[in-house]
Amino acid sequence: MGSRHRIRLVVNGAAVEREVEGRFLLADFLRSDLELTGTHVGCEHGVCGACTVLVDGAPARSCLMLAVQADGARIETVESLARGDELHPLQQAFWESHALQCGFCTPGMLMTLVYVLRERPGLDDEQEIREALAGNLCRCTGYQNVVDAVRLAARRMREVAETDR
Amino acid sequence: MKPAPFDYYAPGALDEALALLERLGAGAQILAGGQSLVPLLNMRLARPQALVDLNRVPGLADIRREASELVLGAMVRHLQLERDPLVRAHVPLLAEAAGHIAHVQIRTRGTLGGSLATAAPAAELPAAVTALEARLVVRSASSVTRTLRPAEFFAGPLQTTLAASEVLVEVRVPIPEPGTGWAFVEFTRRRGDFALAGAAALARLDGRGHIAGARLALCGVGDVPLRLRDVERILDGAAPSESALERIEVEVRAAVAARTDLQLSAESRREVAGVMARRAIARALERAREARPA
Repeated sequence: MGSRHRIRLVVNGAAVEREVEGRFLLADFLRSDLELTGTHVGCEHGVCGACTVLVDGAPARSCLMLAVQADGARIETVESLARGDELHPLQQAFWESHALQCGFCTPGMLMTLVYVLRERPGLDDEQEIREALAGNLCRCTGYQNVVDAVRLAARRMREVAETDR
Repeated sequence: MKPAPFDYYAPGALDEALALLERLGAGAQILAGGQSLVPLLNMRLARPQALVDLNRVPGLADIRREASELVLGAMVRHLQLERDPLVRAHVPLLAEAAGHIAHVQIRTRGTLGGSLATAAPAAELPAAVTALEARLVVRSASSVTRTLRPAEFFAGPLQTTLAASEVLVEVRVPIPEPGTGWAFVEFTRRRGDFALAGAAALARLDGRGHIAGARLALCGVGDVPLRLRDVERILDGAAPSESALERIEVEVRAAVAARTDLQLSAESRREVAGVMARRAIARALERAREARPA
């Protein structure tokens, strides 16, 4: 039996306090202890990107982080994106562009893209979008519709930002 | 829950981390960025009794200039290397090399010290610090601080000369002279894959536009980063011509003792290594030319 630790963190804006075993992965902590099953676990060794979440604003593989390492951190998962029935612009664009089939990779793609569009609002270049998505594997759609969705979402998000200014 | 049980420690000071490693002995593993170690834990290929996490040790991710050196803490993240203004201004080779590592979700976590101490043969940063002639500072609780050249640090594939109680704490990089061109290039099947071969190069030009010193180190073609001093000597004093670059490619192909593996035949790997070396030197010379006063 390994060591146990009490951790405090903020997940999707809510303060959370739990006791975890040292070896417990962040991905499993989110899914099992917090019942946030939107974060998907695919390869479990950092290759597929399905488990990508934001840790203090930066994308990370939650299968390559221990839950105890997230003590004090701010975590954002796919559950943070929609406002009730209102989808996040990226989710809306994924839906409209048919950017998912089975949807298994989608949460990781979305969280990567939330970060990418925060860093590069209005991103439109296909090559840049494909490189940004290189760490997220999809085995259904072939990425073209995902690229279209990113462009659509980026354009809409920029329009909203400009209207608000 | 996949990893086998271990005791987890998150020391809040370097001395505390060193004391822990001394006490826990060979059963303990250092956890830096975790991007190589945690997969091994998940697959239970590594079953340490204890993990000593360096992520809460203050100061280990600092980057500062000290006289003619850039001093980088071992916990500097790859993304930090890519973006830090001091790194970009003084040792842009490191920024360019870091940009080739895996994907952004890995670069936010993976660390300089972790990459060097993991010593994967295809890794970018070991080749970059080899070309830069960096000094690797190693500390432990009980013995004197050691300062190692890359050749004294890398011992084989996934092997270094670090003792179980030792921690690589900082990397001291001599800042190349103004006007030095640089380049890191690699060949991968897909963006973010391990390099089949990669090359780190530095080059300077003299007043006449001839090559006044070049450095070349390769990754992916041997057990440890490969510094090619014989090839560097060929360039010394030469005009930066197509024929010089052609010769580099031929010499590198001959100098590399590549093995056939699942990815590539030895012959193809030698070919790729030659082309990567040529491209790296060519790009470094181009940048050296751009840096010269008109």
